[in-house]
Amino acid sequence: MNKQMTAAQVVAQLKDGMTIGIGGWGPRRKPMALVREILRSDLKDLTIVAYGGADVGMLCAAGKVKKVVFAFVSLDFIPLEPYFRQARQSGAIEVMEIDEGMMLLGLRAASWGIPFIPTEVGLGTDIVKQNPDIKVIDSPYDDKEWVAMPALKLDVSLIHVDKADVRGVCQIAGPDFYMDDWFARAASKTFVSCDELVETEYFHDPAQARLVHWERSMTTGVVPIAGGAHPSSCSPLYGFDIPHFKAYAASAKEDTGFQGYCDKFLGASEEEYQKNVGGVDAIRAIELPTY
Amino acid sequence: MTAATDYTLAELCIVAASQAFADDGEVLATGIGVVPRLAASLAMKTSNTDLMMTDSEAWMLSEPNPLGPRPADFVPSTESWMGFSRIFDNVWSGKRHAMLGPTQIDRFGQSNTSALGGTYQKPKTMMLGARGFPGNSISHPNSFFVPAHNTRVFMDGECDFVSSIGYNPARLPKGHNLDDVDIRLVITDLCVMDFGGPDHQIRLVSLHPGVTAEEVQDNTGYPVHIPADVPVTAAPTQEQLAIIAALDPHNQRAHQIKDNPPGNRS
Repeated sequence: MNKQMTAAQVVAQLKDGMTIGIGGWGPRRKPMALVREILRSDLKDLTIVAYGGADVGMLCAAGKVKKVVFAFVSLDFIPLEPYFRQARQSGAIEVMEIDEGMMLLGLRAASWGIPFIPTEVGLGTDIVKQNPDIKVIDSPYDDKEWVAMPALKLDVSLIHVDKADVRGVCQIAGPDFYMDDWFARAASKTFVSCDELVETEYFHDPAQARLVHWERSMTTGVVPIAGGAHPSSCSPLYGFDIPHFKAYAASAKEDTGFQGYCDKFLGASEEEYQKNVGGVDAIRAIELPTY
Repeated sequence: MTAATDYTLAELCIVAASQAFADDGEVLATGIGVVPRLAASLAMKTSNTDLMMTDSEAWMLSEPNPLGPRPADFVPSTESWMGFSRIFDNVWSGKRHAMLGPTQIDRFGQSNTSALGGTYQKPKTMMLGARGFPGNSISHPNSFFVPAHNTRVFMDGECDFVSSIGYNPARLPKGHNLDDVDIRLVITDLCVMDFGGPDHQIRLVSLHPGVTAEEVQDNTGYPVHIPADVPVTAAPTQEQLAIIAALDPHNQRAHQIKDNPPGNRS
């Protein structure tokens, strides 16, 4: 089955009000080209589930978001995401704030088709107080109470990977695939952008196949976009773009705000965007971060 | 072991904070931020060589990495993969001790990393979010590092948002008891504290050289239990300072406490 498609074809399958999971972590390996295609669309009222970075900030700033399910939204070296902050401080969005591990459990429950996973995480904190939809239940096996972390069912997941073939075999060669395998499993449809499209034979080497973290039946569509994670990183291919993130964060303090950022960078297509940020070779040349 | 006379407050805090890990045995030590990371690294090199540590990305190391840019020929002592999803398996096993720096710590040891002021629907200042604090606090021991000890951090009343469980009877989950919560040391620019006072009250453990118990109380928004004899925080040894310098070749520790004061302020 050939699953290759364009970013525009992905966005054409999205509807107002959908719940969309976004892979990656903070400023790392975010499907930013697909996010930018949403910014160019008239989609609205989305619920976003993510270990958030600029993906969440930009979608909030563009008025695409009704609700964010999050444990953090951060650019790491810029700890506070400027536009998520604005959205929260103006009361513009609903939130479901949970622990990082609770999100993993919610994605697993959705993947496994079960309504919840019991955990002690969240007990005694404002996570249970501020989320009336998260129930605390008695156990049939002991005398303790437990948080019943509900399944986080996703209509769609968007993920960026290093390499994929047209059949949806996806490889993440960087040191961490984060929770992307669970995002892929928790969603009805998963669309994956890849830095490089490869032939299936590439995976015949077991060392390469070992870096495939979910089976291809979980992948609905594959969109080849070299540099498609920019300004987030796609280790080992490129790091995150620190000057770009600084300019993005600075735009939140300017009168023109996010519109000013978009006027400068977004463009009408990914080709225009990449031209505005110096081209794919410049993206691929960005140094990896040292932790 | 020669006690140093010339050391910075950051170095004193690193050494004091490293004590938190000394008796942990074989657990994952996670220090977020320069001082906690150097404290965990120092402990792994000296007082507790059984500690485990990651490279802050996705690999476990048998030797802590130096902070900041490293020479091109540097080879990290990788011993296993430890991506973020596996971190949670470790967290929930309890075999971890994290040292973190929340924005607020209330009298119950509850902490806040999420939001300040306003309402929950519309906070005055949005911060990071709860991150992993809820899970950390109920799963394994935790310590705190506070670079500026004041009444905004150690505030009167309850945290604006409670990210981590503490010793608050009103929030105690059914079937749990307060001793299940395990907050170890609180290291600040003034002193070392723990929650070992009566009924888990915050307690002064040691005063940094030149700091008085009154100063600590004046900068804490709730009563601190002050024992009759409070020792002075032990000065770093020359050996410890040498290890810290090797772990932090770019001297990032000089930028962690305002104006990088000397360790002895008497």
